[in-house]
Amino acid sequence: MSIENPDPGTWNGLFWIIQLFISINAVAKSFLQESRNRMLYYQSITSPVNFILAKLLFNSVLMLVMSALSFILFALFMNYPVERSAVFIGLVFLGGWSLSLVFTFLAAIAAKAQQNAAIMAILGFPIIIPQLLMLMKVSGTVFDASAAIPVVNIVLLLTSNLLVILLSVILFPFLWKD
Amino acid sequence: MNKSWWKILCVLLLLYAIIGGFLMDVPAREVIQESIRNLYYHVSMWFSMMILFTVSVVNAVKYLSTNNLKYDNLARQYAVVGIVFGVLGYSTGMIWASFTWADPNNPASASFASIAKDPKLIGAAIALLVYFAYLVLRDSIEDIDKKARISSVYNIFAFALLFPSIWIIPRLLESLHPGGEGNPALNPKDIDARMRVVFYPAVIGWTLLGVWIASLKVRMKNLKEKTFYK
Repeated sequence: MSIENPDPGTWNGLFWIIQLFISINAVAKSFLQESRNRMLYYQSITSPVNFILAKLLFNSVLMLVMSALSFILFALFMNYPVERSAVFIGLVFLGGWSLSLVFTFLAAIAAKAQQNAAIMAILGFPIIIPQLLMLMKVSGTVFDASAAIPVVNIVLLLTSNLLVILLSVILFPFLWKD
Repeated sequence: MNKSWWKILCVLLLLYAIIGGFLMDVPAREVIQESIRNLYYHVSMWFSMMILFTVSVVNAVKYLSTNNLKYDNLARQYAVVGIVFGVLGYSTGMIWASFTWADPNNPASASFASIAKDPKLIGAAIALLVYFAYLVLRDSIEDIDKKARISSVYNIFAFALLFPSIWIIPRLLESLHPGGEGNPALNPKDIDARMRVVFYPAVIGWTLLGVWIASLKVRMKNLKEKTFYK
């Protein structure tokens, strides 16, 4: 069956699209499942900056675990075309981290809009597509042992993660209370 | 904003951009030929769009710092006019693409798949989608203050992530679209001096037109919902 042995390009695309949907479903729960009463409790014990930093940290760890699991399942159930495993595992964690940060903040916005995952997908897809394209392009190099690793792109991804953390810390206090 | 000199200036600049754009001398280049005149319209549209979106995000920041709904209204109307200019930028770009990238031996639809994959076109589509999402988010919240606050937050977040990525990423990927190296249209070596005398006034004229449309929409909204605005 062709689905069991996809060529490297398809494998790469499939992997990142699955990561995207894992991240939407895993991270969206963190805000959409908070009840109003529990939010009131949080508001009485902590500041918005501490709260969003804690959420970002929790979702990052959650997404790192999920990324590791999905990577293992991919390697077990499909063929394994990756030539440079160490680089690819690093990229998987970096990508999972990027996705979890962006979607944490978008979940905070979507929770205020009183609608669930639908509005989050509308808000999130256009923002995440550039990062996803870049991740796919960078991880395209791990299927060939002789290809150069584009360090510039990796630095850019790290910078954009720092930017998301900074923006969350600055903007979340405005979403904190109704 | 109620002074009329800049509206007169806008009309004069646009008349100059249209008449001068079609009649004045242009350098002869291979492939693009006379379609080079599209520079005055296509590139100006994207310039105006970016300026209008920037005005929108500045107003969103102002809203968050003052809580005055006037700024939220401004942010919303500038975003809408920015979308209109983005769509016009696409339509003028299609004219250019059909002259230069499309294979004249096949129907236009046959070349579409290879053209539409271009990173710069995707980047522009993403920019428009983000602002469509901004409008969807606004309409999904009932309470007027909450709507203003949350959509301002999204406006700033999206702008801060989107604009670096649509300026940087297309330069790292190979593209058919010109302007991959350096700053397209701002680099003096890019544009012939004969074209610059029309191009820069055209950019200012189209942007003023966008500001004019946005200010009319703002005033209409103010009249409709007089009670909300100070």
